[in-house]
Order: sequence, then structure tokens, then C-alpha cells
Amino acid sequence: MLRVGPGLAADFIFCPVVRSFSLQYLCLETMDSCDTPESTPRQRASSRLKDYFIGATPLQKRLESVRRQTSFVPTPPRRKIPQCSQLQEDVDPQKVAFLLHKQWTLYSLTPLYKFSYTNLKEYSKLLGAFIAAEKQKGLAVEVGEDFNIKVIFSALLGMKGTQRDPEAFLVQILSKSQLPSENREGKVLWTGWFCCIFGDSLLETVSEDFTCLPLFLANGAETNTAMIGTWFQKTFDCYFSPLAINAYNLSWMAAMWTACKMDHYMATTEFLWSVPCSPQRLDISYAIHPEDAKALWDSVHKTPGEVTQEEVDLFMDCLYSHFHRHFKIHLSATRLVRVSTSVASAHTDGKIKILCHKYLIGVLAYLTELAIFQIE
Amino acid sequence: MSSQKRVKNSQSQGKPSQSSNSYQTNLSAWKVKEDLSDSKSISKHGQNNPVEDYEHADDKAEDALQIAVRYFEKGPTKTSRSKDKTLEKHLKTVENVAWKNGLAPEGIDVLLNVALSGKFGSAVSTQILKCMIPATLISEDSVVKAVSWLCVGRCSGNTKVLFYRWLVAMFDFIDHKEQINLLYGFFFASLQDDALGMQPHLQALLSLYKFFAPALISVSLPVRRKIYFKNSENLWKTALLAVRQRNQRPSPEPLKLMLGPANARPVKRKWNSHSVIPVLNSSSCSKECGKKGMSLSDYLSSNGSFPLEQLKSFPQLLQNIHCLELPSQMGAVLNNSLLLHYINCVKDESVLLRLYHWLSQTLQEECIWYKVDNYEHGKEFTNFLDTIIRAECFLQEGFYSCEAFMYKSLPLWDGLCCRSQFLQLVSWIPFSSFSEVKPLLFDHLAQLFFTSTIYFKCSVLQSLKELLQNWLLCLSVDIHVKPVMNSPLETTLGGSMNSVSELIRYVGWLSTTAMRLESNSTFLLHFILDFYEKVCDVYISYNLPLVVLFPPGIFYSALLSLDSSILNQLCYIMHRYRTNLTAAKKNELVQKTKSEFNFSNKTYQEFNHYLTAMVGCLWTSKPFQKGLYIDPEVLEKAGVAQYKSSLNLVYHPALLSYAASFLLQEWPEERTVNLSSIRGKKWNWYLDYLFSEGFQGLKLFIRSSIHRSSVP
Repeated sequence: MLRVGPGLAADFIFCPVVRSFSLQYLCLETMDSCDTPESTPRQRASSRLKDYFIGATPLQKRLESVRRQTSFVPTPPRRKIPQCSQLQEDVDPQKVAFLLHKQWTLYSLTPLYKFSYTNLKEYSKLLGAFIAAEKQKGLAVEVGEDFNIKVIFSALLGMKGTQRDPEAFLVQILSKSQLPSENREGKVLWTGWFCCIFGDSLLETVSEDFTCLPLFLANGAETNTAMIGTWFQKTFDCYFSPLAINAYNLSWMAAMWTACKMDHYMATTEFLWSVPCSPQRLDISYAIHPEDAKALWDSVHKTPGEVTQEEVDLFMDCLYSHFHRHFKIHLSATRLVRVSTSVASAHTDGKIKILCHKYLIGVLAYLTELAIFQIE
Repeated sequence: MSSQKRVKNSQSQGKPSQSSNSYQTNLSAWKVKEDLSDSKSISKHGQNNPVEDYEHADDKAEDALQIAVRYFEKGPTKTSRSKDKTLEKHLKTVENVAWKNGLAPEGIDVLLNVALSGKFGSAVSTQILKCMIPATLISEDSVVKAVSWLCVGRCSGNTKVLFYRWLVAMFDFIDHKEQINLLYGFFFASLQDDALGMQPHLQALLSLYKFFAPALISVSLPVRRKIYFKNSENLWKTALLAVRQRNQRPSPEPLKLMLGPANARPVKRKWNSHSVIPVLNSSSCSKECGKKGMSLSDYLSSNGSFPLEQLKSFPQLLQNIHCLELPSQMGAVLNNSLLLHYINCVKDESVLLRLYHWLSQTLQEECIWYKVDNYEHGKEFTNFLDTIIRAECFLQEGFYSCEAFMYKSLPLWDGLCCRSQFLQLVSWIPFSSFSEVKPLLFDHLAQLFFTSTIYFKCSVLQSLKELLQNWLLCLSVDIHVKPVMNSPLETTLGGSMNSVSELIRYVGWLSTTAMRLESNSTFLLHFILDFYEKVCDVYISYNLPLVVLFPPGIFYSALLSLDSSILNQLCYIMHRYRTNLTAAKKNELVQKTKSEFNFSNKTYQEFNHYLTAMVGCLWTSKPFQKGLYIDPEVLEKAGVAQYKSSLNLVYHPALLSYAASFLLQEWPEERTVNLSSIRGKKWNWYLDYLFSEGFQGLKLFIRSSIHRSSVP
């Protein structure tokens, strides 16, 4: 990627030839807000907000408020910073490792009707038969062992926020090798898992016939996801919807994940903004050293253990104003499409990759919250 | 279709056949008998066939096929020496056509009959069965007839097996399956009893059923599994692929019919759906798993639960309501009025929850104004909303999912997209606390209302009238079922009445403002008064203790309207207000004790005020005596110094033309029209004239509110 120094900013704004560019700016100098250690965070907060808004036109403010209003998220004033929970300790580490570092496509899922954890084996068979039938539509179906695929349902014990949360479970589609000499298990064609982390608000609204696992994550071909989803919808009368993450929620993720304490950072903190313009859209990538990001967060953060809306706004505003100071671009007028941190990375299309084992539950808790909001 | 074909045939006659290389079939339009109606067959003449010669070649092959089929139909002629040769020739013809183009349903019908009757012997039957390749569809009747041959025992075991294999392979091409579904008992019995069960393919079939419905199959099957229906072994595989390819060329409509819904799934569209609403299907594996130990006969005689597929009539529903199998996807009830009845009376919360979740998500997913570039699905969404509205009207009840959907979608609605449907959904909002719903719904609606055309305003008022009516109906039923309201939202009747009166006042506010915006449009006023026709009758029509009067802005606009029907409507409404208030007063006097729902004196005063104004204008010619003073000088300047009588029944601008017509009609010999002559007896005649012209509202108003002794 091209590294552009602050001095070049004016050039590319007025350069009409540039259609698409990618800008990586490594923030090495300390932020303005860190220059004045004697002032308290609260004072800094208000002055910074004031600075930010004085320059803004009424149209910008209007845009800002409309954007916030139309993102239907109920604004809980505060959320907890993800912590390593006790329950997570029970999870099979091999299975957790399997879930990390993979890109998952997110779906929200309405409660499953008459789902039973005692029937997982039965479901494996039925889903296997269904997949075989779908793949050979119009022709007779092979039975039992004769598919060249294998379906495995397995529980992800301990993957929950509270004891009330139903057990998460994993579905894997494996290809079976034709040659008996080769490894029997074959390679994984598709994986999907269902979970519910701190789903109390949903659990309260359904009767015992239902199993609430509002968050579904899939990895594999979309056609397989469609087929398997169809089987679930037909069998348990549930409904899958793609779960997109809007810019507002992405900035919450950015703040919460930056707030996580890390022993060592695995990746750069990176933001991706998109400017909708034709014929090609313009992407602006903004990479920050994770420790700088954490320092910035610490400077705006005041409530121990929690993240508030005000802090999220302030955190993002600081990034915006810093960028504006150097490049004269108002990032607030563009759209945030991706956030990557050492904890996890998320794309507005509803794709997520979780990197850090320690905060797995915390990341899933927020995703569960978004999924529940979508199905309510 | 048939005439079109005949024309084409005659055109191609006489042309030399040059090519035998045909790429398109006409066989589907082929007829066994001349008089056979070909409404069932799908002609492909609609498509362009640029080269007639090809068609001609086909026609020739077709003729040969017809001859061959007739030959088989008639049966072997025993005396003929050239029997074998002829048979071989015809068999070859059938094979060629079948493998190249497939056979029409009628051809399959005849040949299947021939094969299973075994009249040409086992070997020929086998050969015929092997080329039973459909060009389009296979008629269900043909299969049923074929099965009936199995009972007669005229064909060999091998033929039977081959037939079953054929049936399995071609299952998707059978046009209907109702009759075939009824034959399953026979299939299983035949497979188990005839010792045909040892055939691997049939074993496979049995084990497949045993897998999904273990109770259905009693025969023991080997545990060791083999590949029973290997694709490569399938006799008809290539032919089927060819059929499918052929079928993919024409418009997608018949394709849907032929291959079943799942195959017509557009790429990258939704997951499972050919249509938004799931297909009614009672098979639910999760339930089947628990049920074991039922015998085959139990199953076949339906002693257990009642399958949805068989539910066809209301009496059936009543008889089986205790053991009805519910659909595997509850959304399917939307398309089935019998199940809607069931939903209506079922107390099972999970049934309603399943419907709620499905409907909420589907609405959210399908809603076209959420999508940037998905307007091509607009028609589908409109149809979906129509289905929902039909169901709501049928149930006389709104779905909560729709209300939640409106909360989310109304702020983004442009007021155009699916307008009629959306406004109908508004009228089915379930009864709830108005003050809670207002910021979520009505405030957004008001924004659109004020900024849209007069037609939109009228539509909104119309749907608000229907909403009021639905709320009133719901409350009036509730109040009679249980004396104390027990709704979760409003615990007391007073609270409920409050919510309704808030709705009415809100509409009053909307109407007043709209009248100003639309410069007192008569058209708009009609819709407003329609609303108040409901409002004025709440006490008597719905037996609910509520009378809310219209705001002055509406009353005076109507009273001074230039339109006679508006004035008439106003009179009617005033008459109904009076009747309702009188009834309420009477009840109060009877009950004596002061109840929570006695109307305040203010309501009566307000009514009396309006009444005085109306009588003053229309009858006594003493308008606006109270509370209104206009400088006489101003009136003189305006040329209406004698204004007092100018709003009475004769001079009122809405009635002036009637007064003139009345005089012209009664006294045609008079040279001048002297309006002031209408008084005394003439006044009474004039009234009768107005009543005869359709002023029924006025008639009721005068009868109830004016003592006729006071004729001016």
C-alpha cells in the first residue's frame, strides 16, 4: 500500500484523475489530546467536541443526526468492555482454535422450534439425506453411508454467556475420500455454528418449545449455507437473515475492541472508509499502531469497565479530526465499512474474523445483541 | 392452439423433406385421437421455428410415431406373418422419437398401458418402458392406470421392478401427485408381499422410507448398505438431462409446473424460496422422530394425526381439530383459509410465536424500500402484502408482526411504494395505547400526510377510519365477553376509551390542518365527514361510552360548504350525535348513580353550540348570534347588509340552485324567480321538495332537532 505523508493531502483532493486510492497512514506521533496530560478526560472531551462541531456546517450536523436516527439501534447508554469469562474456560480449546482466524458470514436466526440436543445424531443423518437429495434433484437418492459427504452435529459446550443461555452447537460438512486408504474424515467443506451469548432479552420472550440461538456463523460456499439453512428453516420453522453491521455498530466495535487489554498485539488497528462515487468507489484505509489506538482510547475513556456512547463518539471524532488536520478530508462524511483490531475484524457486509481467544465471548455477546435486535 | 397447428401443417404440406436433422419437437402437440382436446398438451408452436423444413421432418416422424402408437394400442395381429418385423419397426420408431425428443403425455399414456398389460410379451414391455421419456410431463392418470395393471398380474416381476424404477426416476415429471399419494399403501404392500422387496432398488426405496418414517415399513431390511441408485446406472439419466435442457428453453412459467418449485430457484436469490410464503407441508422430521411403534395399518387408516394435505373442508377441520398436524413452517397458513380458522381459535402460544417470527423476518427481508437496487421484486412484495391483508381481513384482526414492521419501515417509506397495501396495514394495527403508538407511527405518517397530495391525504383518512372501526369492533366484542377489560395494554375500559378518543382527536387535528392546506377542498371534506360518521355513532353502534365531537374547523367548513351533499352529510352527523347523546343522557338518568363514563357537560354544551349555529343559519335566519360580531359597515361594503337570511335553507349557497329549481318546477308560469316567496306553506313544500331530491340527512336533522311549529 502507498504510504502518504501529511504534506501530500492537498494534492489528491484536487486531483481529478485519481479514481481509487488506498491510503495507509501510520499514526506515529502522539495525538493532540495526549499533549495536555494535566487536563482531565472530561474537560478534554467537551472541548474536543466543541472544536469538532464549530467547523461543521449545519448540513453536516443534519447528516450526522439523520444517520444516527436511521440506524435503528436502540442506544443503550453503555456496554461492558469484553472480559474473559469463567464459562469460556470449559470450552474445548481445540474447538475454539477451530473457530478463530476464520472468516464467518453472520446471520440472525429466529428461535428454533422443537429443537432437541438429544437428537443431534438424528439431525446429522437427516441433514445428510437432505443435502444428497438436493444435490441430485430429480434423481433417486442414495441412502445412509453412501453419500460422499458426512454431516456432523456437535455441541460447543461452555460457549455461553450465562447459565441460562442455550448450548451452542456446530455443524460440519466433511467430504469423504473415495479411497479407503486415505484419511477417513476427509476435508471440511462447510462449517456453521449457532450460539447465544447473553441472550436474556430474547430468552424471556419465548416459551420452552423454542431454542434461542439468534447468532449463526457460516464458513463455506454460499450454496451450501443456503441448502443447510433451508433444511433448518423447514425442520425447525426458523428464519435466517443476513446480518449486516452498519457503520454505527462498527464504530462501537472499534471502541470496545480497542479497549480490550492485550498482552501482545497481533495486528494493526485499521479502519476502512468508503466514499460512494462512480464509476468506482473510493476507499480510504487508515491504519494506526494498536498501542497508539489504545492510548487514544485511554484518553477518552472514563468509566471503568464500560464503554459509553459518548466515549465511542469521542473516540471516532478524535480519529476524524486528526485525519482532517493532515489530509483535509472529513471522514465523518464517508462511510465506515471495516474495522480490524487485534481482537477481531468486522466488515459491514456481515463478515467477521475473530483473532483473540480471550475475548471470543465478548465479541460474540455484541454480535448476539445485534442479531437479537434484528429479529425483534 | 390446435387451429394454429393445423394452419402450420397445411403450409408445410407439399414441400420436399430435405433434412432429417431436427432440433425441435412438435410431439408435445401430437394427438392420439383427432377429437382429443389438446388443452393439456403444451404446444411449442409459440416459439419461433425459422426453418420450416425441420418442422416438416418432424411432422413426418410424428406421423410414423402415430402409426406406431396406434399399432401398439390395437395389439398384435396374430395372423400376420410379418408380425415381428412390423413390431420391430414400430418399436424402433418409438425409441428414436423418445430418445431424441421425448414423448407427449398422451403417447406415454398409451404405451405405458401397453407395456404393463404385457400383451406383447415381457421383452417388448421392457423395451417400451426403457423409452418412456417424457417430452414435458407425465399425466397422473397414466401412472394410476399403470398401477392398476400391476394388480391384474399380467406382467412379469422384471417388468414390475422396471416400472417402479421408472416411477422413481420420473417422479418429478408427474403433473399431479394427489392420486399417487393415495397409492402408497398399495406400493408398500406390493413391495413387501410380492417378494419384490428383495430387488435392490426396491429395498433401497423401502429403506429410504424406513429412514424417514420408521413406523411405515414393517419388513426387515439388510443392514449392509449398497449403492442402490447409482447415477451412472440410471437408465434414463441422459434422457432426463435432455428433457431438462429442452424444458429450460421455454418461458420459466411451465418449467415451474414441471420440475417443482425448488428447481426454478433463481440464482443468487433467496434460499429456499420460489415464493415468499412457504409451501404447506406437514412432514416434520422432528416430530416423526418421537413416534415409533405405529403399525402400517394405523398409518394408512390415519388413526393418528390428520395430515394437512388432506384438509379440504370446514367440517373436516372441525372433526380433526384435536389431532391436526401443524405445518412444518407456520407461515404456510397465510395461504390456507381453513388453517387461518385454526390459528384464530388456537390458544397455543408457540403457534402464534412461530407465525410472528416468520412474518416479522419475511417482511423485513422482502421490504423493497430497504433495498437499494431490488425494485424488480416489487411485484412480489406487493403480492405478499396483499396476502397478509387478505388474512387480516379474514381474521378481522391485525398481526403484531405487521405493526412492528411498520415501526421500522414507516420512517423510510416514501409514501408511494405499495401505498394501498401499506395504508391497509395501518388500518389493521391492533388496538393499543394511542399515546404509545403515536411517536412510532402516527407522527411519521403525519409528516407524509402533510407533504403529500390531496389523494394521499384522503387515502390516509380512509384508512384511519377503518382503523377506528377495527378498534371499536375489537373493544365492543371485548366489553361484552368480559365486563372488565383485561387487555395487557389498557387495564380499564376508561383507559381504552381514552386511547380511542385520542385517536379521534388526532384525526381531527390532521383534518383541520389538511383543510387549510388544501383550501377547504370539498373532496377532502367528504373523507373527513366519512370519518365522523363513524365517530358520531360510537355510543349506539358499538355500545361504548364515548362521544367525541368534531373540531370547529371541520364543523364550520361543512356548514358553509358550497356543496349540497356535504351539508346533507353534516345534517346526518348532527342527527346521529343528537341520538347518541340523548341515549347516553337517558342511561345516566336511569342508572342515577354517577358512573365513570358520564359525559361531561362540556360535550353537551359543545353539541348545543353547534346545534344553535346550524339552526340559526338554516332555519331561523338568525346566524351566529352568540360570540360573533361583524361591523355592519363591513357587511354593507361587502354588499351583504341583509346577511341574516343568506344562510337559510333557501339562500344557502349549497341550496340556492335547489330553491330556484323548486320555484321553476312548481310555478313554471312565473316570469321571475322570487326566492323570498318561499315561506309559510311554500316553505313546507320546499322542504318536501328537498327531501325528494335526496336530502335524507337534512330530513332526519329537521325531524329530530326542530319543532315544526316554529316555521318562519
